Amino acid sequence: MSSITAVTSAKAHGNANAARCGHALGRNLLIIGAWLVFALFLLLPLYMVLSEALKQGLGVFFTAILEPDAIAALKLTLLAVAISVPLNLLFGVAAAWCVSKYEFRGKSLLVTLIDLPFSVSPVIAGLIYVLLFGAQGFFGEWLQDRDIQIVFAVPGIVLATLFVTVPFVARELIPLMQEQGTQEEEAARLLGANGWQMFWYVTVPNIKWGLIYGVVLCTARAMGEFGAVSVVSGHIRGYTNTLPLHVEILYNEYNHVAAFSVASLLLALALCILLLKQWSEARLARLQSNAAEE
Amino acid sequence: MSRRTSPVIPGFGLTLGYTLVYLGLLVLIPLGAMFVHAAQLTWSDFWAIVSAPRVLAALKLSFGTAFVAALINGLIGTLLAWVLVRYRFSGRRIIDAMIDLPFALPTAVAGIALTALYAPSGLVGQFASDLGFKIAYTPLGITLALTFVTLPFVVRTVQPVLADIPREVEEAAACLGARPLQVFRHVLLPALLPAWLTGFALAFARGVGEYGSVIFIAGNMPMKTEILPLLIMVKLDQYDYTGATAIGVLMLVVSFVLLLLVNLLQRRIETP
Repeated sequence: MSSITAVTSAKAHGNANAARCGHALGRNLLIIGAWLVFALFLLLPLYMVLSEALKQGLGVFFTAILEPDAIAALKLTLLAVAISVPLNLLFGVAAAWCVSKYEFRGKSLLVTLIDLPFSVSPVIAGLIYVLLFGAQGFFGEWLQDRDIQIVFAVPGIVLATLFVTVPFVARELIPLMQEQGTQEEEAARLLGANGWQMFWYVTVPNIKWGLIYGVVLCTARAMGEFGAVSVVSGHIRGYTNTLPLHVEILYNEYNHVAAFSVASLLLALALCILLLKQWSEARLARLQSNAAEE
Repeated sequence: MSRRTSPVIPGFGLTLGYTLVYLGLLVLIPLGAMFVHAAQLTWSDFWAIVSAPRVLAALKLSFGTAFVAALINGLIGTLLAWVLVRYRFSGRRIIDAMIDLPFALPTAVAGIALTALYAPSGLVGQFASDLGFKIAYTPLGITLALTFVTLPFVVRTVQPVLADIPREVEEAAACLGARPLQVFRHVLLPALLPAWLTGFALAFARGVGEYGSVIFIAGNMPMKTEILPLLIMVKLDQYDYTGATAIGVLMLVVSFVLLLLVNLLQRRIETP
């Protein structure tokens, strides 16, 4: 009897060992697979940008990014970011506030509408503003009479950037604020805080990291938007060219080194954004785990 | 429940009003204007525009490549999510942080980088041309570009769900004699499927509308490698606003129907 138990237990042991070996092999294969995907899909394009940019040395690189048209494009990109990010931040906070703190009819429809710009092609985002404000558009004549130009000018670029970045902040804040509920705000009110005091001293510290996270994502998209801006820009060098459009023009002129030089500038900005994102995400996770422990 | 509809917290009217006005002015009225513009067309005019061979070819190409790219991401995205959640290995944090690169990188930069990589003279493209096929300037190149820009969607939707599944469930299944593949098929897959479908749908929708990263690698030959968003651009350049609007409406409607189907599928899975 005991010998049989010994044999079966040895057998079971052997099976478990084999399973563990198989497990370790599978684990290593999967990790190698992930590294391969990472290297081939993500690292290789990065390497391409840098190596093409530095092909003819640092001198050519700096000439390309310090050229007046490139500087003008950088300024316009920064302007679009500086207008669209604060406006969408304000919108995101307002939208998240009414969605997360109250119950009302049509709430899920509202959430769907907030997300709508994500599922609309950027080219369509540009097209709708051309249809509204272009020469043949609904307001075209009215604007022409008053000598106001929106499409193929800076306002159009700002509008298109605004459209594609509408959901970012709201999207980060809604789940976060829904999870936090309303108890702390109610307590503040009962202790005599007025609406703004409640908002600044209770809500803002609670949602700070989610807010930063949303702003970082919004900035990334505003800075890099191409399709929507391309439709409304008219591609006037030094006037309505953003950095991504400048890259396109240089590339289509077969000025590859300059195109990749400007592209590597955008790549550097993108890497900064990833760092910021990682940092705010880590703070957010720490905050949530602290809250869970309490 | 009354806790949620708190009368103590002020600002309902202000925030809801602001949200509706902002969304209305920036998103809803302009999108509505496109449909109003399209409504000036008769049905037969609309049909004549959208059933032109060039439009149909672009439609097939856009939705086909976006679908394949979303499927590829469904596979490698699940792989990445699995490895990042379940294993601790060197470089894990770097990979985890860099997954979002395609969202942070401007699409035009991605476009020219991928073209340089996959063109016949490029780093990867030359191997392909040695083997006798082309990557850039073919639907394959478009699919690869779309796979790159939509890579984070599936990873980021599957990752949190996978992290929330308790290991005990799988161990219990293994103790009851399930082989690893059976555990995956019967325990993990049903739990992951809704999140996977969400990621798939997001990647697909983004892929259909994507413009910046595709136009460089596509080659943009009418009937062969011309995507729908580019066709809208072409019509706009020819001042054919009506044609552009009709294609825009077609794109929105088809994407909407497909997303609706995915939503229905998701609901059937969640409530068996």
